[in-house]
Amino acid sequence: MAIVFEKPKSLTDAPLHYCPGCTHGIIHRLVAQAIDELGIEGRTIGVAPVGCAVMAYNYFSCDMVEAAHGRAPAVATGLKRSLPENIIFTYQGDGDLASIGMAETVHSATRNENITVIFVNNAIYGMTGGQMAPTSLPGQITQTSPYGRDVKTAGYPIRICELLSTLDGPEYIARVAVNNVKNVNQARKAIKKAFENQVNNKGFSLVEIVSSCPTNWGMTPIDALKWIDENMIPYYPLGVYKDRSAKEGE
Amino acid sequence: MTTQILIAGFGGQGVLFAGKFLAYKALLENKQLSWLPSYGPEMRGGTANCSVIISDEPVGSPIVSKPDVLIVMNLPSLDKYEDAVVPGGKIFVDSTLIERKVNRTDVEVHYIPATKLANDINAPTLANMIMIGKVIKETGVVPYDNIDKALDKVVSARKAALKEINFKALDTGYNN
Amino acid sequence: MAEKVLMKGNEAIAEAAIRAGCLHYFGYPITPQTELAAYMAKRMPKIEGGVFLQAESEIAAINMVYGVASTGKRVMTSSSSPGVSLKQEGISYIAGADLPALIVNVQRGGPGLGGIQPSQSDYFQATKGGGHGDYHLIVLTPASVQEMADLTGLAFDLADKYRMPAMLLADGTMGQMMEPVELPETAPEMIEKPWAVTGTKMQRKHNIINSLYLVPEELEKTNFERYERYAQVEKNEVRYEEYMMDDAEICVVAFGIAARVSRNAVVEARKQGIKAGLIRPITIWPFPKEAIAKAATHCKEIISVELSMGQMIEDIALASECRVPVTLCNRAGGMIPSPDQVFDSIKKAAGGNK
Repeated sequence: MAIVFEKPKSLTDAPLHYCPGCTHGIIHRLVAQAIDELGIEGRTIGVAPVGCAVMAYNYFSCDMVEAAHGRAPAVATGLKRSLPENIIFTYQGDGDLASIGMAETVHSATRNENITVIFVNNAIYGMTGGQMAPTSLPGQITQTSPYGRDVKTAGYPIRICELLSTLDGPEYIARVAVNNVKNVNQARKAIKKAFENQVNNKGFSLVEIVSSCPTNWGMTPIDALKWIDENMIPYYPLGVYKDRSAKEGE
Repeated sequence: MTTQILIAGFGGQGVLFAGKFLAYKALLENKQLSWLPSYGPEMRGGTANCSVIISDEPVGSPIVSKPDVLIVMNLPSLDKYEDAVVPGGKIFVDSTLIERKVNRTDVEVHYIPATKLANDINAPTLANMIMIGKVIKETGVVPYDNIDKALDKVVSARKAALKEINFKALDTGYNN
Repeated sequence: MAEKVLMKGNEAIAEAAIRAGCLHYFGYPITPQTELAAYMAKRMPKIEGGVFLQAESEIAAINMVYGVASTGKRVMTSSSSPGVSLKQEGISYIAGADLPALIVNVQRGGPGLGGIQPSQSDYFQATKGGGHGDYHLIVLTPASVQEMADLTGLAFDLADKYRMPAMLLADGTMGQMMEPVELPETAPEMIEKPWAVTGTKMQRKHNIINSLYLVPEELEKTNFERYERYAQVEKNEVRYEEYMMDDAEICVVAFGIAARVSRNAVVEARKQGIKAGLIRPITIWPFPKEAIAKAATHCKEIISVELSMGQMIEDIALASECRVPVTLCNRAGGMIPSPDQVFDSIKKAAGGNK
């Protein structure tokens, strides 16, 4: 019988621990697929965050390093500076990348570290049970914003792609989503490009993936995907925010 | 034999450099030695000092609190350290910049118009090296022979042209 | 024999690290260790594979160290007290992931922003953990510029051998002073690190560098195993120097700059007929417990000389099992005890019967 669909080789056989309806599984698959397609598994080293993806080191079959909360880009910097021929990626959530690790994010981008950053934005702290994230929307109800995020006291959400694209450093900054087939296909392309850029020594490439958290949003998986369309994407428009090589006509 | 030397003055007078020069000369003579600068904001124009210990035995504490030899390039330094000198010790005073005399009577004092002499030989920034020339003459803490070899160590290749004038300053002090 | 050169302590560490095969340095500016970073910034770009990176923070720097250490290469960072506090999170992770690395602390007075003058008040932080969790660093305390160089090489070797971070605990005096130093001319032997992440090359199962164990039984097991290794370190790697201890009645214990000062005081005491001696710990973790215990059998008082409010004194009291009085002779906040002050303490301890 012909095999028409299989798991990417860059994923292990370990069962994922993510909640039902969580989109981390799709994103893991897209990352593994990109690694497979580029034939770089043997030289890829991933950096796992603190957050829901904390155990990503069990799921990817390449070498993996578990970083402290927010420090993945610094750890990746060390890895890449030590092993410039290897392919280094980080996999981070919004609290990790845009709150506690903001300095590491901005500075690895401005140094144009030749690494690939997979940024999963689901507007909430999932692992710790649903607290307000730096990307939680105005009015969004979370455990620590029980009356809805009040921008007067909690400030506004951070748009990472827009912020980083003001820097001269980074090579590629894009925002995608994984709430429908079309968007997943876009995400697949963007993630592959972010790895390809590193293979071609182009520099810092970050893909923000607007994603869902049905458990902590208190919705069914289907409603959560709809909520992405109706609430997340209007605040976080999809698209390529920076692509230096394309701009230079390479 | 251990000689504890304290050199003190304003930042910019080459106090640390003078100490470094003595340290290198001692190194070339196979002596044991330590050189310890004051560090921090006071170096930016305030007072600076450095401790140099030259010995035939391993150096204990590198901090000179009771100098055998005190070299002072400004009045605040003389005021601060005069009483610390061991009885029978030696004080070297830049008499161009310090008008008062040393009060102590149990020490040997040398007044050198170093800043004036430096101007006379057209090396206004090298009063420090004139003082050092005199110190070597009067203390014998390091020999004067091959003094230029120590200059090779402290004057960078980039500034080789300055070696000659440093040598002249040392000589002026030594023969003063 | 190599030629003796004059170097600042901070520079000697940097050069010795490079000669020990450390080609990766990450740091953040802070007084009084700036010469170290400046030296690295100058030298590393001239060396093949050499990396100097001024990180955005101490936190980033230590995590870059974590990254390089994961790949099995020798790596270091340096800072001074407030900066080392910031690094504690990363140090705990490095210890938890059983990675070798070198952290240099050229101590200054604290707490808080404190001052920039020399201090030894990070003794607790260095020897008792500093970060969260059960772990130790191998902590070496140089007392000369020569030792700044020698102990740097040793720190890398021990870190590799026991798969744990090592710390060089110096102070502003050691960092700033110049003394003649002889640097090693031969490269050290490097050991295999099969655990390192280098890419699987599709030839082995993936390596994971990690300190997370959500199953408490597993986490407990890693702790017990790590402490078995620590027991080996305590058994094999204690280093100290004794001076005039054979017949000593008063025992002075001091490390780093305090030991240099204390030695002068011991010499003076002996001149005056007081039988004083000095134990200078070179490792403060592992602490030279046996030497202290032995001193407690023939000395009538032990004096801890420290540039702090009294931190090592607790280890001395434990090691001596409180068999003799243990007293403190100290200055703090960037001040250094004078030989006279230490001598006075010795004289007081000797009492009338000198």
